[in-house]
Amino acid sequence: MKRVFPLLGGLTAVLLSYALYQALVVAPTDQLQGDVYRIIYYHVPSAWTAFVLFFVNFVASIVYLIRRSAKADMIALVTAEVGVVFCTVVLVTGPIWARPVWGIWWTWDLRLTLTLVMWLIYVSYLMLRRFSSSGQTPVMAAVLAVFGALDMPLVYFSIWYFRTQHPSPVIGGGGSIDPVMLRVWMINWAAFLCFALMVCWSRYRLERLQREVEEMQALESMIEPRSAR
Amino acid sequence: MSMLSGIAAATLSKDLRLEWRSKDAINSMLFFALLVVVIFSFSFNPTAEESRRIAGGLVWVAFLFAAVVALNQTWARELRNQVLDAYRVSPAPANALFLAKAFGNFIFVSVLEALMTPLFIVFYSLRALGPVWQLIPVAVLGTWALVVNGTFFAAMSLRTRSREIMLPLLLFPISIPALLAMVEATSAILTGEVSAKFWIVLLVAYDVVFTTGCLLLFETVLHAE
Repeated sequence: MKRVFPLLGGLTAVLLSYALYQALVVAPTDQLQGDVYRIIYYHVPSAWTAFVLFFVNFVASIVYLIRRSAKADMIALVTAEVGVVFCTVVLVTGPIWARPVWGIWWTWDLRLTLTLVMWLIYVSYLMLRRFSSSGQTPVMAAVLAVFGALDMPLVYFSIWYFRTQHPSPVIGGGGSIDPVMLRVWMINWAAFLCFALMVCWSRYRLERLQREVEEMQALESMIEPRSAR
Repeated sequence: MSMLSGIAAATLSKDLRLEWRSKDAINSMLFFALLVVVIFSFSFNPTAEESRRIAGGLVWVAFLFAAVVALNQTWARELRNQVLDAYRVSPAPANALFLAKAFGNFIFVSVLEALMTPLFIVFYSLRALGPVWQLIPVAVLGTWALVVNGTFFAAMSLRTRSREIMLPLLLFPISIPALLAMVEATSAILTGEVSAKFWIVLLVAYDVVFTTGCLLLFETVLHAE
């Protein structure tokens, strides 16, 4: 597995630079919005990546609650952390795009609000992990992840009724998109997913090492007092 | 089932008696909510027309903040003398304890709401233009939505450092749809412009989903080691 990691890193670097070239040079300029629209190649793939990561977090949390495996807990932790980063990218690029196109930085529209609430829930998830004492952290965090997932449909319906302004989903929403744009989009998404996987992976290794070190230290502190006597 | 309700009733009556004698939670909540009402009132100084639009938000934000004061004290009392540990090793069902605590909080917050609502009416010169009776289901469902998750997250934040601040951090993000529903329903009833039905249905759905979730997972949280 250790050999796969540099390969993945190389693949990610190649994909990311290819995606950057595609997004900035190859993709045609939008008729209405001009070049500013190109931010969707970062905005939308980041959003999808964040949602994938949060979904993995939810599945890992359920697995943890059933099996109590430390592996599932670590996966839940790293996907939440990396997911929050991608979600932050979405929330930052969104207003930057909205300002020239809609004329406003922010609006309480369905997907914006949904993303923001998801971000808030996962930030509180990370806060909980940080503040709780080590032994019970995984259970608490997994329970909170399940609650967050239960909350999502309710948030969706409440905001859906509240108001909606976002462009309707381009894929599956009846809108039309240039096939080149769609391709560039997918390349970017693939690159972002690879990048996310790479970051998650190295964070996972770090977490595993850290836990091993903590275990060793705990063991040592149990042994040492006796040898000192 | 009778064991569950028996234990829940015993715990609830114990909590109510403690609260009746000390009046810790209700006094701090009441004074806190009063401060919020006064501060909001003189910082916005709204006309009757304006206050009809914003009152829904103000009322529920005040109740939410005040409820956190009570929710934080829910479990703290059980930590003294290791009562909670005793409960963990006893054969009593965990959900009985949870339901008793949740109903207790529901009663405290309802009392708070009953006492504070006249003050809101006075300070903001409120008069509902829609069907007033609908405020009752909104208040009941909304209060339950706050306390059921609040009680649950208070039990979770017991295990954390700086637990007093942890509770709102966990509770508020999850409560966003419920809070939106309460605020919008209250505003709809006060202004009488639109129907509050959708929001009441949403509150019912929220209550059902999270009551089920809490009951399914409370035992896990109580016994987490």
